[in-house]
This record gives sequence, structure tokens and C-alpha cells, in this order.
Amino acid sequence: MLDIRDDLKLIAEMVEPNSRVLDVGCGDGALLDYLSHAKNVDGRGIELSMDGVRQCVAHGLSVIQGDAEADLKDYPAEAFDYVILGQTLQAMKQPRDVLEMMCRIGRRAIVSVPNFGYWRVRLQLMLTGRMPVTEKLGYQWWETPNIHFCTLRDFVVLTEEMGITIEQTRIIDRAGRVASRAHSGFANLLGEQGVFLLRRNGG
Amino acid sequence: MSAPPTAPQPSLVTPSPVNPAVADHPAMPGKRVRLAVDRPMRLDSGIEIGGFQIAYQTYGTLNADKSNAIFICHALTGDHFVVEKHPVTGKPGWWEMLVGPGKPVDTDRYFIICSNVLGGCLGSTGPKDADPATGRPYGLSFPVVTIGDMVRAQKLLVEHLGIEKLFCVIGGSMGGMQVLQWAVAYPESVFAAVPIATAARHSAQNIAFHEVGRQAIMADPNWRGGNYLLEGTKPEAGLAVARMAAHITYLSEAALHRKFGRNLQDRKAVTYGFDADFQVESYLRYQGAAFVERFDANSYLYITRAMDYFDLAADAGGTLANAFRPGGKTTPVRFCLASFSSDWLFPTSESRAIVHALNAVAANVSFVEIETDKGHDAFLLDEPEFHQVIHGFLEGCAEHRGLSARRAR
Repeated sequence: MLDIRDDLKLIAEMVEPNSRVLDVGCGDGALLDYLSHAKNVDGRGIELSMDGVRQCVAHGLSVIQGDAEADLKDYPAEAFDYVILGQTLQAMKQPRDVLEMMCRIGRRAIVSVPNFGYWRVRLQLMLTGRMPVTEKLGYQWWETPNIHFCTLRDFVVLTEEMGITIEQTRIIDRAGRVASRAHSGFANLLGEQGVFLLRRNGG
Repeated sequence: MSAPPTAPQPSLVTPSPVNPAVADHPAMPGKRVRLAVDRPMRLDSGIEIGGFQIAYQTYGTLNADKSNAIFICHALTGDHFVVEKHPVTGKPGWWEMLVGPGKPVDTDRYFIICSNVLGGCLGSTGPKDADPATGRPYGLSFPVVTIGDMVRAQKLLVEHLGIEKLFCVIGGSMGGMQVLQWAVAYPESVFAAVPIATAARHSAQNIAFHEVGRQAIMADPNWRGGNYLLEGTKPEAGLAVARMAAHITYLSEAALHRKFGRNLQDRKAVTYGFDADFQVESYLRYQGAAFVERFDANSYLYITRAMDYFDLAADAGGTLANAFRPGGKTTPVRFCLASFSSDWLFPTSESRAIVHALNAVAANVSFVEIETDKGHDAFLLDEPEFHQVIHGFLEGCAEHRGLSARRAR
């Protein structure tokens, strides 16, 4: 079977077979390709980079070139079973609005976020007094596209404020292993990233 | 639409032999069929026409269950000679970059159909043909046709060929308008649609450019109120100017600059006169002069008008998305749109508006903007990234349609 990144694999596990999926920021289409072959999903994608879109469409995936923040609003409510956002919430200008739109156009949303509360990040900031640069977040402060970092706890608090239920949680450690299946203060320290299956309350 | 920039440059005023019926020469290649013979076809204008002729060409082989047909829609001044030597100009087919054996639109795998549009001048019934009622050329008594009418005629042709559902409809510019029209008018008869460098409506700016072209033709004293065929004249100067103006819109500033800059034509210094001092002038004059050899002036009026009238949203009650929601259900057609970054005639924003409308009904759509400085004409040129996209999209669709892999050659 096709091989994909660990966090993408965790996302894929949350997706029911034969469902309709929108992958926001689908990159080169690895997840969409995997989902369409392994789970027979009807997959669509939005990608900002021309190169990514071209690769996707050239591989037979249905992907449009566009900006999620501008283009998500066009879709009707519950147009998809899942709307996926992998590792890009922190790069959005209005992450809260994006989450809102994802939970509107999808019956479920799946979001993966890097954890700014990860112990190495905390330690770097504390010991060096400089903005943390890690393997997964390898940008200097002045060049990073990641403008809205959060800790896993921050993320959970936001979902509560927005009336969004977290149906599943996977906290991943540095090696890509699932460190926890529930959010806790400890997970917020040990997890390098979190993957969440979301649903709007009452939905 | 482009021609070699450094080809010999005839002057506009050189008279060329009047050749009104070039397209009806019996030696013209291609196929012809009379359609709507038993039951006339109703045009958008309300007028009915019956027994009109459509000239078309096919390439490749239709498979047993007739599921591998691709209909190509040509642009304003295009024709059905997609991948063969043009019978009038002797130039290669207009889409040989994209269509052919082993090309993205693979003639070894798909059955390709392309027809000259209704109102055209290369074999399909148009204003230069004889009105059966009078025996004289229609001229301006030919009914105004729309993009919808052109596609209606194409649908009759496809039915005549015994094909229930096209695998794909593809075309650029005005061809892209026809593709959209196909998808909206006959969603159950189209599996995939590829509208390229096009728009869901002709913009005010584009209507304006067309009007300049039409006025140039009508201002030519040889146009004779459209009766030039009867009177034995030909509005060559007017038609050439129309072509020159239009040709500028097909290129980008960058492309013009790269090709010509301010270079002078066969001279060391400007001549302080109104000769074609600059290469770009000479090139445009050549384009204009070459065009009148293969195109009918009245056809140019009719086809530009058809583009001007095109407005999919207006036909769908003012909301474009409704056009893609037949009977309240999302269109089953799979779309792939492509635009070109330097195209200012059909800019990316026009394609994006269509994508937004398709998203609003959660249709299956792909969209790519190709980075190029070649302007609108890019869809006819060597753009490898564009070709990759078309290839990949068709492959994906073929898989979903259950078409077998490419035949071994």
C-alpha cells in the first residue's frame, strides 16, 4: 500500500470508507491519493501552490488552486462528510473562521496542529530566550508562514468556546507514535502534534 | 492563432483574388452531414432552421460501447481541422500540440470529433451560403446564432453519430464557452468537461473589442451592407483590421515585447512615414492579410455576436451556481478548468468565478492557473504543464469511466 506521513495516516484512520472528503491545503495530494485508493473516498482538494495543484490534477485528483480562507465560504453546508486540514491551521490569518467554515461544510472536520506547548519548544524558549526552531517547525521567526501558533490546550479551549465537540484525539510524540488518546496537561507537554476529529455540537 | 513573426510580409492593400466559396470546394477534406432535416431546430432567437449542413472531422476509433468520444469545440476563428494540414492555409492543425497519437488527448485511445460551428465558413451552414428560399447568399439575412445554438447543432451531430454520452467535451476561449454550454444544457450527455481560458459570460471589455472588429468590417466600402458576395467585392481591409485588433488581445504585452520589442522591419532607421517601420506592425499586417484568405467577413460578425450574447448566469436566473444544479441536484459532470496567468482577454478571475459557482454546488472540479507570459494564445501553444494537467485529468476520468488503458501501438 501507499506510504504516507504518520500524521496523515492517523487522519486517514479517522475517515470512514466511501465518504466524501475535502482536503484543505492538500499539498501534492498524498493523503487524497491514499484515501481514494485505500478507502474509496470521493476526494477533493484545495491547494495554494501551483506546483502542488498541478501534481495533484496530473495524477487524476480533483483539486482546485485556491486560498482556503477565501474559497471555503463558497461551499454549501454539509457538502462533505469530512473536511481535513493538516498542519496548516497555524498558517491561517483567521484560524477560528476557518474552523467555523470547516465544521459548516463538513459533517466532521479533522485537524492536525503542531503543539507549541511541546516540552522541547518550551525548553528552547526558556533556556535560549529565543523563538524555538524545531525539526517540524524549522523556520526563523522572520520567515515563518506559521503566524498563529497554539498549544494543544489552547486548541481544545477554542473548540469548547466555539461549541465544537472533539470526538477523537490522537497526540503524537516526536517519533510519530500515539502518545495519548485524550487531551491532558501531560499530553500537552509530551505531544509534538495533535490530531482531532471534530463535530459541531448538535450536528 | 499565431503565425511565424518573420514570414514574408505582404501589404494590406495588395489585392488578392476574390475567393468567396473556398470552403465549398469539393476537394475539401472532412465529413458533412445535413441535420434537423425532418424537424427544424429552434434557435434562441425563436427562428427555426432545418436541413443545415455541419462540416466535421473525426480522428481515432469509436469503441464498441461508444464511451470514448471526445468532442473538441473550436475557438472564434478555428475550424474542425484539429490535427491535419489546413486545406486553405496548408498550416498544421490548430491543436496538434495537445491532440494526436500519444498526446494528452490521445487519438489512439479516444474517438475525437470536431465540427465547424453553425454560422461558420468552413463547411457548416453560415451567412455565405445560399438561402434555399432565394438561391442567393444569406448575408445579413442569416439568423443570429448563439453559443447555445452552436451546441444544439453539435448535439444533433453527436446523436447522428449514435453517441449517447460524450466522455469529454474540451475547448478553449469560445470553445470553452461551448464546453460550459454543453455541461449546462446536457449534463447527462457529458462525463467530463474541460473549459480552458474562458468565461461564463463575455465581459464588457471583450464585447467592446468585438464591436471594434465588426465596425471595421462594416466600415469597409466593399462590405456592401453584407452583400459583398452578390456584388463581387470582398471587405478585406475591414476584416484584416478586425483580425489585427483581435490578435493583439490574444497576446500579452510581455509576449509582444519578447517577439518584437521596438525592432524595425528590414530597415536601419524609421522612415518618417506610415509604412510598417516596426516589426510588430508588419506582423499584424501579415496576420490580417493571411486571415482574409481563410475567413468570411459576415461569419466573423455572426460568431463574435454569439460570444457577446453568452451569459450562463443570466440564463440561470442570474446565479451562475444554479446553472450547475439541474433539477436541484449537483451536476454529475466532472470539470477541469485551466487559465493562463498572462491572459487578459479571459483572465484567471473569470475561471475562478466558474470554480466558485461549481464549489457552491459541491461539484467535482479541478482548476489550475498555468504560469506563462504567452497570453490568451497559450492554450494553443507548447505549455508542458498545461498538457500534463489535461493528460492527468483525462487519465483520472478514464479510470472512473472504466475506459481501458491506452491501446498498445
